Amino acid sequence: MHASVGKILVLAVPVLLLLAFLLLGLWERRALGRAAGPSFVARNGAPVAIWLVLMVGFWTIVLIVLPLLHMVDLSFRPKLPPAQVGGPQDLYTLDNYRFFLFGGGFSASGWNDTHIQAFLITILASILITILNLALCYPLAFYMAKVAPEARLRLLMLLLVTPYWVNEILRAFAFRILFGTQGVLNKALLGAGLLTEPIDFIGQNVALYAGLSYAYLLLMVFPLYNAIESLDRNQLEAARDLGAPWWRIHLDIVIPHSRPGIASGTTLVFMLTAGALAAPQVLSGPNTLWFTPIVYDRFYQAFNWPQGAAYAFILLVTCIVFVLGVLRLFRLGLGEMHR
Amino acid sequence: MTAAVLLDRVTVRFGAFTAVRAASVEIAAGEFFSFLGPSGCGKTTLLRTISGLVEPSEGRVLIGGRDMAGIGPNRRPTALIFQNLALFPLMSVAENIAYGLKVRGVPRAARRARVEELLELIALPGAADKRIDELSGGQRQRVAIARALAVEPQVLLLDEPLSALDLKLRQHMRNELRSIQRRVGLTFVYITHDQGEALAMSDRIAVMNHGVIEQVGTGRAVYEAPRTPFVASFVGESNALPGRVLATADGLARVATALGPLAGRDPAGLRVGEEAILFVRPECLLLDPPEEAERIEARAGEETYEGSTSHLAFTTADGRRLTLATGRDGGERPAPGTVCTLGWRARDAIVLASRTDPDRGDG
Amino acid sequence: MSREPFGRLLVGLYLVLFFLWLFGPLAVMAVTAFNVSAYPQIHPFEGFTLDWFARLLADRDVVYGVRQSFWIGLWVVLLSVPTGLAGALVMLQIDRRARGLYYLVVVSPVLTPGVIIGISTVIFWREWTFALDQRWLYQGTVLTVLAQSSFISAYTMLIFLSRLQRFDRTLEEAALDLGASRTRIFFDILLPYLRPAIFTAAVLAFLSSFENYNTTTFAILADKTLTTVLAGRVRQGTTPAISALAVLIILVTVVGALVYELAKRREERARLRRAAVARRAEVAEELAGEPAAGVLRSPA
Repeated sequence: MHASVGKILVLAVPVLLLLAFLLLGLWERRALGRAAGPSFVARNGAPVAIWLVLMVGFWTIVLIVLPLLHMVDLSFRPKLPPAQVGGPQDLYTLDNYRFFLFGGGFSASGWNDTHIQAFLITILASILITILNLALCYPLAFYMAKVAPEARLRLLMLLLVTPYWVNEILRAFAFRILFGTQGVLNKALLGAGLLTEPIDFIGQNVALYAGLSYAYLLLMVFPLYNAIESLDRNQLEAARDLGAPWWRIHLDIVIPHSRPGIASGTTLVFMLTAGALAAPQVLSGPNTLWFTPIVYDRFYQAFNWPQGAAYAFILLVTCIVFVLGVLRLFRLGLGEMHR
Repeated sequence: MTAAVLLDRVTVRFGAFTAVRAASVEIAAGEFFSFLGPSGCGKTTLLRTISGLVEPSEGRVLIGGRDMAGIGPNRRPTALIFQNLALFPLMSVAENIAYGLKVRGVPRAARRARVEELLELIALPGAADKRIDELSGGQRQRVAIARALAVEPQVLLLDEPLSALDLKLRQHMRNELRSIQRRVGLTFVYITHDQGEALAMSDRIAVMNHGVIEQVGTGRAVYEAPRTPFVASFVGESNALPGRVLATADGLARVATALGPLAGRDPAGLRVGEEAILFVRPECLLLDPPEEAERIEARAGEETYEGSTSHLAFTTADGRRLTLATGRDGGERPAPGTVCTLGWRARDAIVLASRTDPDRGDG
Repeated sequence: MSREPFGRLLVGLYLVLFFLWLFGPLAVMAVTAFNVSAYPQIHPFEGFTLDWFARLLADRDVVYGVRQSFWIGLWVVLLSVPTGLAGALVMLQIDRRARGLYYLVVVSPVLTPGVIIGISTVIFWREWTFALDQRWLYQGTVLTVLAQSSFISAYTMLIFLSRLQRFDRTLEEAALDLGASRTRIFFDILLPYLRPAIFTAAVLAFLSSFENYNTTTFAILADKTLTTVLAGRVRQGTTPAISALAVLIILVTVVGALVYELAKRREERARLRRAAVARRAEVAEELAGEPAAGVLRSPA
């Protein structure tokens, strides 16, 4: 199938979506009759209405939907020199995805070991790191939401937010200072006599995983905090009154109530961890595997954009699957997540 | 003379819910007209329909003889004073009052002059540059009034403006509003759930219930000659004795109640056998009824002393509670528990058909 | 949470450890910025120096990067604040059934890994600027502004949505009733109300843009921003000049936060003063049993 088919489809999708919106709106108005209230244009005045439509249209279509569709489209096309793009050789293919699985045919096993390993490690590590984050941040979020007095709460919030004003690259760098072979940690351990030789934290991926666990704590705390905050304190008092031990209170009352916050936090942290680029670039040793730098390399080292697009799409689908999985696990709808 | 406001079978529906049903009323120019009714009766919706914030599903709204269909609230010759006043918090007092003028393109000097004039009228002469959150409740009230008067509307619409004020202030403002209205000669359309307020201030009142206008008339007419049971019980207090019409003659109807056959005025001309209710006001009940009066027996209960009046509670044999109101010279109060004879002059009571169907309006 | 002293001790310990973990690496890094030694370390502390700061400020790439980041940040604010506002207004007016889909579309950039946003933006604009022969658009700064705005607009939209939820609609009705057109109401009533939110959104947009890396690194093409320069420097080697940068950033943000806090306190004091004036007027009213300043007078 020639690539031009895709181009038409890609452009048609947003247009159709828009039409669907308009038709829905018109049909709704007809159903309500005279009591429908003023129309969209009447309610905003013509200038503002035009601005709204243009601006939101630009945002949704040009900045969000079309680029994504183009990326997906490119991932199914072959790598061609600019002159031949759109020409007779531009046919849809699964080659880029096949490359992810099978490589260029150089490996002994017939599979693209490095990339597949990197992918699986990334997913697994991200899930574990997310769970670790959740465990670390939940007590703090609960403390801030239900226990801390007002003044201390503001102080805590300030303390929490401050480290994140520092760029993530710099934060990763701080870990390199800590975990390098000549770094603070090794020096301390050597000095204390616990080691005879420095440990290669970086080469062993310890630095990377520690850095990643550190990077997104804030983004787990705040959704949790918001969700727990909305819980009526009286429920906790009542449960305590009835004699429930603290772990039961959390299990039966707090956690179920704060499901939207947990879902928000975990999906955000997973997405950021799996898609992390800065920390792996700063904290990786020669053998460290992480998926997103590989995506980066497809573009700027192998200069194979269609392949890069395919890898990016794989990452995107993974994140979507994770989000849906979490929603299903917590039995939530998408809108409820951002309570 | 053209009515200031004419509502012609106005019906307002929101989805499946009908807020106002076939409301028809004519409000004369210069009149102080009130819509009176309990919460949810549709009076606010009706007011908003006159102002243009709501379009009626059926019927017409005419202001000054012009049909307002399709004319938005910003082009109608009305000004609305909201229940929460809706003063613009980010503007000063002067800017609030002048807003309507600014929107009409009135030049700054003229605006300033008019603002000064209005500040004099509402007795807040130095307040031009104050912020809204520096004002007391009563002061905000008056700024809202000034802001509405600034645009010189044909009709001023007021949505329970006094409900947020405390009692003494409310009574004072009642008089003030009335005197402003008389002096400026503007048509006021006022809505309230406080029947004392409506009676004290209005030229005429429309009593509403469940979206229907049940009666329109002067305060006296609505109080002394209610046309429906709702009006009889909502406006002022009433003792109600239900029964079936036995006979009618001379403009009176005799009703077979649980306490015996009793008579009252029959303005509507009821049929024998019709279900009816006899209403008699507490102040018309007599402790020592004369010979020709209608009489019943009831056991005395407690007295509620309210200064200028006292309310005595009575319980009838069938468990019905009656209230009797007397002034300070009411004479001996019966001891609680004693059985007394109460009565009223037939002409002081009224018999109305009891309707379970609230759809029948009366205009 | 148990109230016994043991429980309290545990909580205290947890909090201390948590924040130690949070601040520790940064504190270490800050110290290394002042250490003379060429490799960032805190021990041995070979001597106090501000040399690394000077080295940093003399690094032309870094300075260039800062300038570009500021420029891009400015444009991101100019694009994403109005976009977020438009998005919020549309969200509040859109039919309930469509709202779910609309929300999904506009929030999706927030849930999408930054690299994908960068990649997709570059792919899309490369194709169309070439096809329409508008190559001048295909440059790092332009693409970065566009890519970042796609998700930063979602942030600003959420800020506006929360402020709009508390908007008193009767103010619009009152303005309508007084004769204002809808467009007038937008400028006279709605925008002034939104001013604090506009400010917050602008600050958030700028900061988000300034510190962004994942998306920028793809969209910036051959150009540079502070974050990409930084990433390059870090990969080249480890020097305390980078620690110096971190210290500077912390200083700037702490100062910024203090200024903000002071401004808020001042605003709060003014508000309390006005409320006191209102209170005095209320009391006078209650005592007099009539509106303050006496009887209403007749018009001239």
